[in-house]
Amino acid sequence: MRVTVEVNGQQRTADDVWPGESLLYVLRERLGLPGSKNACEQGECGSCTVYLDGVPVCACLVAAGQVEGRQVRTVEGLADGENLDPVQEAFVRTGAVQCGFCTPGLVVAAHDLIRRNPHPSDPEIREALAGNLCRCTGYEKILDAVRLAASTVDGVR
Amino acid sequence: MTQATTPLRTEVAGGVGESPTRPDGALKVRGEFAYSSDMWADDMLWGATLRSPHPYATIRSVDVSAALALPGVYAVLTHEDVPGHNIYGLEHPDQPVLAETVVRYQGEPVAIVAAEHPETARRAADAIVVDYEVREPVTDAEAALDPAAPVLHPHHPTGNVVRHVVIRRGAPDPVADVVVTGEYTVGMQDQAFLGPESGLAVPAEDGGVDLYIATQWLHVDQTQVAHALGLPVSKVRLHLAGVGGAFGAREDLSMQVHACMLALHTGKPVKIVYGREESFFGHVHRHPAVLRYEHGATKSGELVYVKARMILDGGAYASTTAAVAGNAATLGVGPYQVPNVAVDCWGMYTNNPPCGAMRGFGAVQAAFAYESQMDRLAAALELDPVELRMRNAVAEGSVMPTGQVIDSPAPVAELLRRLRERPLPPPAAIPADLREMPGGVSNTTHGEGVVRGVGFGVGIKNVGFSEGFDDYSTARVRLEVIAGEPVVSVHTAAAEVGQGLVTLQAQIARTELGVPRVTILPANTAVGSAGSSSASRQSYVTGGAVRAACVAVRTEVLERASDRAGRAVTDLAEVDLVGLLGSAAVEHTVEWRHRPTFPLDPTTGQGNAHVQYAFAAHRAVVDVDVELGLVRVVELACAQDVGRAMNPDAVVGQIHGGTAQGLGLAVMEEIQVVDGRIRNPSFTDYLIPTVLDMPPMSVDVLELADPHAPYGLRGVGEPPTISSTPAVVAAIRAATGRALTRIPVRPEHVVGD
Repeated sequence: MRVTVEVNGQQRTADDVWPGESLLYVLRERLGLPGSKNACEQGECGSCTVYLDGVPVCACLVAAGQVEGRQVRTVEGLADGENLDPVQEAFVRTGAVQCGFCTPGLVVAAHDLIRRNPHPSDPEIREALAGNLCRCTGYEKILDAVRLAASTVDGVR
Repeated sequence: MTQATTPLRTEVAGGVGESPTRPDGALKVRGEFAYSSDMWADDMLWGATLRSPHPYATIRSVDVSAALALPGVYAVLTHEDVPGHNIYGLEHPDQPVLAETVVRYQGEPVAIVAAEHPETARRAADAIVVDYEVREPVTDAEAALDPAAPVLHPHHPTGNVVRHVVIRRGAPDPVADVVVTGEYTVGMQDQAFLGPESGLAVPAEDGGVDLYIATQWLHVDQTQVAHALGLPVSKVRLHLAGVGGAFGAREDLSMQVHACMLALHTGKPVKIVYGREESFFGHVHRHPAVLRYEHGATKSGELVYVKARMILDGGAYASTTAAVAGNAATLGVGPYQVPNVAVDCWGMYTNNPPCGAMRGFGAVQAAFAYESQMDRLAAALELDPVELRMRNAVAEGSVMPTGQVIDSPAPVAELLRRLRERPLPPPAAIPADLREMPGGVSNTTHGEGVVRGVGFGVGIKNVGFSEGFDDYSTARVRLEVIAGEPVVSVHTAAAEVGQGLVTLQAQIARTELGVPRVTILPANTAVGSAGSSSASRQSYVTGGAVRAACVAVRTEVLERASDRAGRAVTDLAEVDLVGLLGSAAVEHTVEWRHRPTFPLDPTTGQGNAHVQYAFAAHRAVVDVDVELGLVRVVELACAQDVGRAMNPDAVVGQIHGGTAQGLGLAVMEEIQVVDGRIRNPSFTDYLIPTVLDMPPMSVDVLELADPHAPYGLRGVGEPPTISSTPAVVAAIRAATGRALTRIPVRPEHVVGD
């Protein structure tokens, strides 16, 4: 089947999509956007978190056909050209990135949190990120990153 | 940080001892860093693997005709198609690339498929018909010791025993005032890296293959892959793709040979990416263990002896079981001075999932047992558990059970003292925030039935490869002028697995050569081996190699500068590099070794087997709902000596992450194996800590230089994984009064009968 979807502001079309494919597979393997990650592919780890019509979802749990005509924003669509989004910048600066496989999903989840709640408390950050697994950091520096992003942000792009 | 080292004279920002940000950080937060599962090539095929559903069976026949007949399928290969030797293994080559007449564990690869779509490849694998004669599996490692047990590897000289390590020191029959015994069990932990096993094999015009792969050691993969493909090593070129975590699980081969076989057979690039379920079958795990200990002490609390018998379940293939057993045995009494020691450790073959390397590597299992014993002994002596540990702690100059003298700082008592003196966190708030209660927003308690406990744990780990292994790394460092500016490039084959080695290599080059611009070239097999990114060794060994290569470059530059100046120039800061070098480059490749280690005596276990010892300690504070058996860890404080914090932020990051994996083993992480079958191969059922499970972590880093190591550094990655587990369990014991002899601790252990 053919899937037409707006991704990071651009109309994209994927042909010969097998109906069993997920949005994650289409992004990674058909549209050249492998930033969303394939860590569990069953909605447990959050590594493939993307915005679908402005709502964060696990791209692995969305069937490709469900995104027809809708808007998707991936981790590749957060930065403004050369300028990192403040959340991305904060992840780099605080050392919240080790292997980085969880990072794209966490960046999108944290971006969504700060958009909804510009000054989250620690329990609110933990609750918001509870669906994103990280195996390297023990989350301590990820919390630092979100706190830093929240303190520097004057409106997440 | 506590510093006992002389500060380096670093004129250039971003050198050793600072915390520059990762060079790959921006790519990673943008989603543009290319991991092994992101590889892509025009016209590539997808590989899939058919695995045994049985833990132990004879293969009568394999019929691939239905699979081959499916449209879109390019190849279906079995053991008959392995071009070279159908056997591999890190220490004992005992594992087939594809099973021949027998499968020894559930998930063992039997056949592989290449097709134009991953779903087609999976369906083709399902269409392969294998006729199995199912056998009764050996699933109990202790029962596998029985001479009457089925022998799983007939060619192995010692039956089902991969290795039996014996340590004997002091008197054979010591007598003590107070004796405590215990039997402890450790469940099977998974490394659970997030980036699944994956890679892309591209056939080359010379008949060889280029493999883009996530691994911990490119060269050990290269050797094994070439052997299996029947190709010279020079025709098997490995390139490190982005690695999504490792923790030991990428030491052994997974899909490397399979992808290369399919690529060479079809003449097309072949990509293989495991799903999460397949990943649980695609790599080795931490050895489950049963450990029986007897500790004897004087009335005043001095250890007189330790006797230990440990059985590690290595599963179906040896992997690194022999080395894991060596670690468990040699580190088996912990960081304590014990005059009389008798340790026996068996690493066993069974039909359970193969086990091998995971962060902590044998020291984790032993530490749960010896630390549990120290608490038990403290109770018997009516002594404070921290006081008992400090009284018996090793220090520089202490003798290990192997006879090896600890010849660098070993501040074990100091680590414990610092943790004990740390203020405790405040009691839980009233009214309780549900998110900070055991059970969380499941709303199982508002504080009623919740008891707080505090526990301590301390551990010891060897750094680097031990027991006489020729452990080295290779670095090529080049200094040249590019666009009017001096630039250093560093080339090694060392695997960046997330730990920050790429950052560290650049820091070393800046410090040694005084040049701010440093490029780290992609790791591949075009340069010599760097050894493995494991055993907490890369900062030490590849760091040592990069430093040595920088020194060679510096020496040559100073010689040239001296020649030109007609006098001795000894300080690089005096040299105009742009003027001196012009269009010439100075390049040196250095192979660097740490001081040698030696094998253990096979009957006494005596020998200087280890390069360096590292120590970490934890204090855990927990809240336990004693009615429901739910645990919330409130705080974890760590104190660790790192010799020198090469990159303080990265050091703390390692300690956080290691601590988290230790917490996971204490209270949640276990691969459930029943009759040789994994029952929970998913992140739905195998639970790793989330941000809600992790407490705030404080880290106290000591820097007591090891005079034998580059910059005085001590390996960092593993020690915190070792000590956090016993600390958490001790805290739960303190809250509940339960013996808790098995990890992970489950609710039913806490509630009990």
